[in-house]
Amino acid sequence: MRPARLTVVTAVAVVAALSAVTGCSEKSDASGDGAVRVKASDTACEVSTKEFPAGKVVFEVENKGSKVTELYVLFPDDRIVAERENIGPGTKASITAELKAGDYEIACKPGMKGDGIRQTVKATGTGTVEKRSPEADAAVASYRKYVQEQADETLPKAQAFADAVKAGDIEAAKKAYSLSRIGWERTEPVAESFGDIDPKVDVREDGLEPGQEWTGWHKLEKSLFADNKIDDADKKLAETLIADLTEWQKKVGQAEITPTSIANGAKELLDEVATGKVTGEEERYSHTDLVDFKANVEGAEKAYELLKPITSKTDPALSAELDKQFAALNNLLEKYRPNKAAYEYTAYDKVGEAERKELSDAVNALAEPLSKLAAAAAK
Amino acid sequence: MSESTSEQEQEQEQDKGAPSRRAVLGWGGAGLALGAAAAGGTAAVLASGSDMVSAASAGAAVPFHGEHQAGIASAVQDRLHFAAFDVKTKDRGELVRLLKDWTEAARLMTAGHPVGEGGYGGHPQAPPDDTGEALGLKASRLTLTVGFGPGLFAKGRFGLEGKRPDALVDLELFPGDNLDPARSGGDLCVQACADDPQVAVHAIRQLARIGFGKTAVRWSQLGFGKTSSTTPDEQTPRNMMGFKDGTRNIAGTDKAALEKHVWVGAGDGGDWLTGGSYLVARRIRMNIETWDRTSLGEQEDIFGRDKGEGAPVGKSKERDEPFLKAMKPEAHVRLAHPDSNDGATILRRGYSFTDGTDGLGRLDAGLFFLAYQRDVRTGFVPIQRKLAKSDVLNEYIQHVGSAVFAVPPGVRDKDDWWGRTLFA
Repeated sequence: MRPARLTVVTAVAVVAALSAVTGCSEKSDASGDGAVRVKASDTACEVSTKEFPAGKVVFEVENKGSKVTELYVLFPDDRIVAERENIGPGTKASITAELKAGDYEIACKPGMKGDGIRQTVKATGTGTVEKRSPEADAAVASYRKYVQEQADETLPKAQAFADAVKAGDIEAAKKAYSLSRIGWERTEPVAESFGDIDPKVDVREDGLEPGQEWTGWHKLEKSLFADNKIDDADKKLAETLIADLTEWQKKVGQAEITPTSIANGAKELLDEVATGKVTGEEERYSHTDLVDFKANVEGAEKAYELLKPITSKTDPALSAELDKQFAALNNLLEKYRPNKAAYEYTAYDKVGEAERKELSDAVNALAEPLSKLAAAAAK
Repeated sequence: MSESTSEQEQEQEQDKGAPSRRAVLGWGGAGLALGAAAAGGTAAVLASGSDMVSAASAGAAVPFHGEHQAGIASAVQDRLHFAAFDVKTKDRGELVRLLKDWTEAARLMTAGHPVGEGGYGGHPQAPPDDTGEALGLKASRLTLTVGFGPGLFAKGRFGLEGKRPDALVDLELFPGDNLDPARSGGDLCVQACADDPQVAVHAIRQLARIGFGKTAVRWSQLGFGKTSSTTPDEQTPRNMMGFKDGTRNIAGTDKAALEKHVWVGAGDGGDWLTGGSYLVARRIRMNIETWDRTSLGEQEDIFGRDKGEGAPVGKSKERDEPFLKAMKPEAHVRLAHPDSNDGATILRRGYSFTDGTDGLGRLDAGLFFLAYQRDVRTGFVPIQRKLAKSDVLNEYIQHVGSAVFAVPPGVRDKDDWWGRTLFA
């Protein structure tokens, strides 16, 4: 869990972000090309039209207020279609979203906080998103299936963990803890795209916002591994965790998935490893970081494998490099897995500084070429 | 063929009006960027040290091509980012490709251009080739100097075991050394010097990024306030102890001294290294707080020079010939002087460093010592043996990092690359 950033569903929508910088947006202002103009201020969020044709829609936002703002295009259930952060006072930005016919909400967030000022808008007609290649469609379909499977398989494991907590069985709960997280860690960028679930189930104590109650896996991790106790509040949290994960299981099939979002999701998984796991911050009480680490890498590798029919044609050198670096990192991780049949890895507090450096080097070696996957998938 | 021709060419290529990094952006392709670099490489002749100063303020580019690598004898810039790398790949071909890629990037950056296709304007789904923090900044006399550590020549690694020159010794542990392995060694090093720290940091960052998977940064050091000068007509810089440092350094224009003490000659052994040099890097921590509580008289006795003018004991001017016997027997200058070391002379290019404070609240500061020489065995080693044994300055300093590298000759032209003579 980390602060909001370009999530898997929004990756499709960043194409226009650069045009604002290079001045192309001014051209479209002049020509009246059907872009939806949004006037954002500290107290209002006015849209130039509340109905527009479905398909590729450009939102031209101008911040007339005094605070930095951000613009969201949302589904009615608050899932994010597209977003653009950090729009300074007096500046313009544009975002592009691929919208099917249906209802949406536009939210301006002056000060980049809260739910924002909302407008309901509608995309109409039969305009459709861009035609994709059969390989791309296959990748999207397979990835959608994968994330659903991961959620489906995670629920029983999370239930076993929750049951142990509720039974007050500390040892059993400790054993079930890291296993209950694997499916989540494999597909985290998709889970993060439903803005509200991730902060409930995977937030760490240092990630809490003022007033936010600490719930989820890591609160229980602290009780089990640091405090070595289970109290009534923990038992309740275990139930809440299952409720939240059930929500995730229900929603995950609806995530907006594109080839580039799959690729960016893979990169984000490696970012998670590089910033949270390789430092030992993620599982600071249980020290099961290497389980998460492996799951993140597996999720990234799955995404890559699904895109390979595309990227091996558009950028064969990149594919070769990724094959090599995935293998190298997996081989390195195997050194910390005494029982190859189980997801049991060396506790991270037993991994020395030099070994952590070696792991970090291997992560950099993979993540750098992986950052080029999205472009290869979009070619 | 002769060195003087090459140096003249270098000087003539000095480019006062260096193109800014912005100039070639958005046009896509290293080819064009290179063309612009070449077109910019005419202009003013800079012959003397004072002109070098104006070159600095103009943000000029130092020529990348030449018989020797830039960044050794060329005028010392204000800032340093030095990085040592471990080579991770086991594939010789891949290492060679990396060195070629590094050379290409260095050629662009030293001319004031971004690497690859630049910092923006490329594919929106791909991270830009250049990270962009030096966009709009001038070349700032950036020099990039590469070196090869002993590990590269290890048996069974890259087939280079027969090419390790005898003069590339594994440094002995000197008395008083407290070396941190995490700040020592490395298979490769890159010394980035520039007048703008952002330009130097940018350069190392790009090379590190290009290297991921093939190399990994082992350690790096930022430096400021050059402590040694290769341009004697500039004011001698002061080190963190407040003393002028580098008064007697080899001048970058003293070709005879460079030939004698710095450049590896044809018959020296390791033919691939002819025109190159050897680099010793030492992180020397200073006990700043206790030094600052030392009386002026004792400080001056320790160095053997006065603090204000920098004159040697018994003399009135900084550049007066030192009379060693007038100094205390264990004074730093006396022990380090060539006359006390059978003529051993090195070219120093060190920088001060301050990495904030340590856990005890003491300034983590000192000298990042860089010395170039023709042979480590007759350069740094005898001098350091003498200093480590007797120098009274040792009470106030500690060597905490150490590395040694063979520095290959310069990249001759656009088809040449760092290490060609070793690997080709």
